[in-house]
Amino acid sequence: MSSIPMEYYLILSAFMFSVGVAGVLIRRNAIVVFMCIELMLNSANLTLVTFSSYLGNSIGQVFVFFVMTVAAAEAAVGLAIIIAIFRNKKTVNIDEINIFKW
Amino acid sequence: MNIQLILFIVLASIAAVSSVVMITRKHAVISAVFLVLNFFALAGLYLLLNAQFIAVVQIIVYAGAIMVLFLFVLMLLNTETEHKLFIDKRAIKFFSILVSAFVFVQITYLIFWGHPSRSLTPDEAASVKAGTIQAIGQQLYTNYIIPFEVAGFLLLATTIGALVLAKKKFE
Repeated sequence: MSSIPMEYYLILSAFMFSVGVAGVLIRRNAIVVFMCIELMLNSANLTLVTFSSYLGNSIGQVFVFFVMTVAAAEAAVGLAIIIAIFRNKKTVNIDEINIFKW
Repeated sequence: MNIQLILFIVLASIAAVSSVVMITRKHAVISAVFLVLNFFALAGLYLLLNAQFIAVVQIIVYAGAIMVLFLFVLMLLNTETEHKLFIDKRAIKFFSILVSAFVFVQITYLIFWGHPSRSLTPDEAASVKAGTIQAIGQQLYTNYIIPFEVAGFLLLATTIGALVLAKKKFE
C-alpha cells in the first residue's frame, strides 16, 4: 500500500465518478440510471477508504458503512418506485416519464 | 515494480474498463453484470488498502444484495426494446461526455493542485489496524452509536416503504 501514491486511487475514483455522471446523462433506462448512481456512490467510497487508510484512521471506513446502508435503502425504494411507475406507464424510459413536467 | 503496484494496475484497469463498458452496452442485464465486475475489482482495491471489513461488506452488500435486487427488477420488468431506449441523439451524447470530462478535470485539478493530499506519509501498521473489524466496530458502537441506530431505523422505514410502493393496489 505504501508503495502506491495516493493520487492513483483518487484519479481512479474521479474517473469512475465521471463515468457515472456520463452514464446518468446518456442512458435512458431508469434502472441503468440507478446503477450509474451506485457507481458514483462507490467511487466516493473509494476516496473515503483511501484517505482512511493513508491516515490510519478508521472513521472514514465507518462513514463508508453508512454510505452503503443509505445506498441499499435508496436502491430498494427507488426500484419500488420504478416498479410502480412501470405498472402505470408500461415503460422505464425516463424521457417518457415526464408527469412532473409542467 | 512490486507486486502491490501490479495488483493495483490490474484491479484499477478492470474497474475503469468495466465502468465504461457498463454505460455503453445497450442491454441492461449486461450493464448490471459489468457493474458486479466493477464491484469485485473495487473489493480487491479495498483489500489492497488494508480495509478488510469494507472489502467483505462490499461483496456481500453490493455484489450480493443490491445487484441481485437490480437483476430481479430487470427480469421482472422484462425490459422492452433496449435499442429504442438507448439514446440516438448525437448532440446530447456529446454534451454529456463534455460535462463528465469537465467534472473529471475539476476533480483532477483538486487532487493535484489542492493542498491536503500531498503531505500524507502512509503508516502501514496504523492502516492495517484501522481496517480491522475491531477498530470499526469500536467506533460504530461508541462514538457513532446514534447514527448506527438511525441507520437501522432507516432500513426499517425503507422495507415498509418499498412494500407499500410495490403493492398491487397503489393509490
